[in-house]
This record gives sequence, C-alpha cells and structure tokens, in this order.
Amino acid sequence: MTAPILIFGWGNPSRGDDSLGPLFVERIESLGLPDVECLTDFQLQVEHALDLQNRQRILFVDASFSALAPFSTSLLAPARDASFSSHAITPQSVMQVYVDLHNARPPPCHLLAIRGERFELGEGLSPAAASHLEAALRWADEWLKFPGSADQ
Amino acid sequence: MPFELETASHPENLKRVAIEPVSRVEGHGKVTLLLDDDNHVQQVRLHITEFRGFEKFIEGRPFWEVPVMVQRLCGICPVSHHLAASKAMDQIVGATLTPTAEKIRRLMHYGQILQSHALHFFHLASPDLLFGFDSDVAKRNIVGVIAAYPEIAKKGVLLRKYGQEVIRMTAGKRVHGTGSIPGGVNKSLTAEERATLQKDIYQMIAWSRDAVHLIKQLFEQNLAFYNAFGRFSAHNMGLVRADGAMDLYHGGLRARRADGSTLFDHFDYSHYWDVISEDVKSWSYMKFPFFNAMGSSDTGWYRVGPLTRVTQCDFIPTPLANKERSEFMAFDNGSATGATPGYHWARMIEMLHAAEVIKELLHDDDICGTELMSSGKRQERGVGVIEAPRGTLIHHYRVDANDQVIRANLIVSTTHNNQAMNEAIRVVAKQYLDGRELTEGLLNHIEVAIRCFDPCLSCATHALGKMPLEVVLVGADGTALDRMTRNMHDSPATP
Repeated sequence: MTAPILIFGWGNPSRGDDSLGPLFVERIESLGLPDVECLTDFQLQVEHALDLQNRQRILFVDASFSALAPFSTSLLAPARDASFSSHAITPQSVMQVYVDLHNARPPPCHLLAIRGERFELGEGLSPAAASHLEAALRWADEWLKFPGSADQ
Repeated sequence: MPFELETASHPENLKRVAIEPVSRVEGHGKVTLLLDDDNHVQQVRLHITEFRGFEKFIEGRPFWEVPVMVQRLCGICPVSHHLAASKAMDQIVGATLTPTAEKIRRLMHYGQILQSHALHFFHLASPDLLFGFDSDVAKRNIVGVIAAYPEIAKKGVLLRKYGQEVIRMTAGKRVHGTGSIPGGVNKSLTAEERATLQKDIYQMIAWSRDAVHLIKQLFEQNLAFYNAFGRFSAHNMGLVRADGAMDLYHGGLRARRADGSTLFDHFDYSHYWDVISEDVKSWSYMKFPFFNAMGSSDTGWYRVGPLTRVTQCDFIPTPLANKERSEFMAFDNGSATGATPGYHWARMIEMLHAAEVIKELLHDDDICGTELMSSGKRQERGVGVIEAPRGTLIHHYRVDANDQVIRANLIVSTTHNNQAMNEAIRVVAKQYLDGRELTEGLLNHIEVAIRCFDPCLSCATHALGKMPLEVVLVGADGTALDRMTRNMHDSPATP
C-alpha cells in the first residue's frame, strides 16, 4: 500500500552541498515513520509524476543556491515552466505532468529548499550546509506532525 | 590539419554566438559560432565546458568500491558505469560469471537501455520531431508533448518507469544500486519480482514497436529533410557477439571504415589501446579518440552508438527488432542508415530489442538462481567494455597488491562521438544558418543535431536556481547585440 506522505529529495551525493536533498531524506528514513515513504534521485524527471499517485502530501527537498539561509519553504502549484528544456525538470513541472497524465490535481506539494554553498566534485558537506540541514530537519518535524504548517 | 569550420583564419574580426548550455542533453556543453558581417559561418565548435576529473577521484580507492562509486559520474546512465566497472573488476578477481550473475546483469543492462532510450526519444527528442525544429519554443518540450500527444507521452513515461523498475529489482534500488559486484551479483530476482515484471513486459514490447513505427512514419513524411539533415560519412565502432549478432552487454570490437570495409573485427577489448588512442584539443575538455591504424584524430575519428550498432551488426537476435532492422536497412535504398536523424530510428529498434531481451530473461529460471559469485586468479589489470545506451563505454583500471586502484582511464560513449558531433553541427550550420539572420528556431537546428547522438555530458549536479540557458550574439567589437536567457524558474525571455 502506498504511504500517504512522500518525501522526495534529489541531488548528487558526490558534489558537496548538492547532497543536501538525499541526506535530508536519509535522516528522515532513519526515523522509520510508518506513513512516510522516502525516495531520492539525481534529478527530477517526468516519470516522478507517477510517484505522486495516491498520496496525501508530498515534500520535495533540494539544495539551493538562491534560498535564504538556512532554508525556505513554499507550497507549489503545477506549472508549465521552462525547466523542461534542460536535462531535469522542476517539481512544478512534475506536478503539471501529473495533471496532464491523470487529468486531476496532484496532492498538496511543498518544496523545502536548503541553502547550499559549495557544489564541487568530491567535496563533502560544507559546515554551513550541515547547520542548515539540522535546521531543516527541525522544521520537518513540525511539518510531519501538523499538515499545513508550511503554507504560510 | 584542422577540419573545415573548426578554426577560422581571423576570429578577431568575427561576431560570436554561443549556445550555452545546450539544452535537452545530459550535462553541460556549449556551442560557439563565429560569423562574418554577412552572417556566413566561419567557425563552429562543440565545447565540453565541465572537467570531469573522475579518474583521479577513483585513484586510491579500494577496487570493490568502484562499481558503486562510478555511478556518481552521471544521473542518467549510472547503471552503465556500474556494469562496465564490474566487468573490469571481474578480471581483477579472475572471475568467470555464473549463469545467474550474467543474466541478472544483462537484465539490469537491458532495463537501463530501455529506460534511457525511452527518456531520450519521448522526453528529449520528440518535441523537435513532433512539433518541428523551429516550432514555438514554448510548446517544444516534453510538457508540450504531453499536452498535445498525451497517449504518446504516457507511453514514454511508463516505458521509462518500467525500465527503472527492472533496474530497481536487479540493482537493489532505483539510484546507486549495489547489485553488481566484482565476480558476480549480490542478489537474484525473487519469484514475486519476476512475476511483477512479467505482467507488463508484453505491453512494453508493443509500445516499443509503436515507437519504431512512429519514427519511421516521421521519416516517410519528410524524407528529403531527414536524409539530408546533418548528414556526413564516418567510420564506425561497436561490440558484436562472436556470431556477428548485436550484443549490448559483451562481445568483441568491430570497426568499419566509412566505405564499409573492415578495419578490425572481434578484437579483444582487454587491449583496446592497441587499436584506439585519444587526442586532445585546446578548446575542449573532452578528448578526441581515433583509430591507431589511421594515424591521427583528423583522419581516424569514428562514431558509436545506436546507429552504428544497428547498421554494423549482422543481425539482431530477437525477432521483432530484427524485422524492424531489416526494414530500416532497406528503407529508401538504405538512405536512413547514413542519416544523422537515423540515430533516433536505430535507438527505437534497440529499445524494442531491449524489451524482447528482458522478456526472454524473465522466462529463464536462472534469474532466480542462487549461485551468485565466482572468483579465480587475482589480476592487476582489468578492462570492462559495454555498449551503453549512447555507445561503447570503456573502463580500465590497475589495482595494486593492497587492493587500491592506482590508475583509472574511462572512455565514455560521448567521447567517442566527439568529432562526429562536431562534424554534424558544422554540416547543419552550413545547411541552415549560413548567411541568415539567426533565430531561436535556427539555433535549435544545431541542438537537434547534437541531440541525435543523445550525448551525456556527465554533470549530474543541479541545485535550484542553476542551469540557465543563455544565447548571446556578440558583435565584432565585443558588444552584446542580442541575448536570450531562461532558467529553471523563468519563461524564455528576450530583454
């Protein structure tokens, strides 16, 4: 049976702070929460729209160059943005693909953008990103307990 | 001697157009064009702007880590690196694989071929093919395809999903699987997993056939254009089975000159350096491989990948794909076999073949076997070669007595195609851009030519707010005359 909550993080674990998404998911997964499924990938692609099926809530998690430290959150809406022109797409585009495939609105999706600083091959997590990760995990604790806490 | 349009005689007097990064390919690349005052093309180059450096990253690591570690080279074809490294490490541990281990690896590999080819054709290439190369850029994308052709797009999404499920069940997880290890595999399929995959495989075969027919139909509708687009002749190289059949997991190297004559055949790849060398050029981080027998990268460059594999094998050992191959080879007196967009047609024939191979393997009891590992006499050197989705992939390692990797060399598929891609974009620049005012649609012709090769430029990093596309037209005095930008959050704009 599909878990009602999906936490989906993406990034390359070998590229410094780009690992923030997968590391966040790893930490949540270690909690063994029964209603939560944890998935990671290098990048978002259209087939990830299929992972949104039969969920109550979804949290997308990625490293960000532009987010304010330590992290930012937002409630997402489906959108035909320009990201599809590149080799990965945004969560908003994934949601739009869901709409087009199923002719229905996707479940509520939030984006957690954790501020990263360094993204070079072979680097570990920077001290600043490690601190941002801890702050994001504390926020996630609330999000998991109280649906809608990220909407404001 | 430089190639035509590789180096302009007086670049300082020319205006420069850059397509950076090239979109709908895997990784980051850049194309620069130098134009004179009448917009005649004087120089065209595909630059690889990211230094991979992964070989150094591997040195010093224990050899058993490498098959897992190398997957981080790429977010799209990690399984290919996983398997090529495993094959090299099989030689290090002196292993001859058990039937179960080899068949599980083959299943993983053909799952990878299926999902990668589906991604490329449906998600990256079909927007150009279905809407037109210079159609409205706002619609020319996979989301546009889903909106306009929902059934085609849905097949693409589900084919890719199926291939990834094959990978997940054979490699242990969807990303960074650990299933293949030096000397074998660490899991086989459970009866439940086998039944799950068997349930949908016939649908995947049917949809793959539909995809072959779709690209054939597109060729028929616009034959002259497809045949001429970016057309050039080249030498070819790829693996073939001992009987000459297509085999994407293992075989000997076959190389044929552009005129069809054989340069070498069934060559043991564990000494690939006897037949291939790599050249460097100052303007690209990507090397330029060439056949030793032909002297230099100027004359000995070649191409790899689906078009080469389909045309250079003697037959495809699955019935539906072999029938489609026969039609492809005979189509319009063989014209499609030398056409750059012929890569798409060949890619779909391979996708059908992959689906058929998966079906055969799913009906073979060995995939649920328990003999997973083997070993033999320890070696210092290992070379693993596989036909990855984009072409021949070479992994070469030396390991010391402490089990540490002391040397690594990787020749990835896209590197083999480096000169071929440069050749294709120069032909396209002459055909469609020379002497004309540049538009986004015309520049997209360059990108379409590159996408035919499905290049994987291995970046696999992407944080929110990165990955802009910027095209800048610079005048002879260095002034920016025009600029188009877009990024992950914005719509295309021309400020």
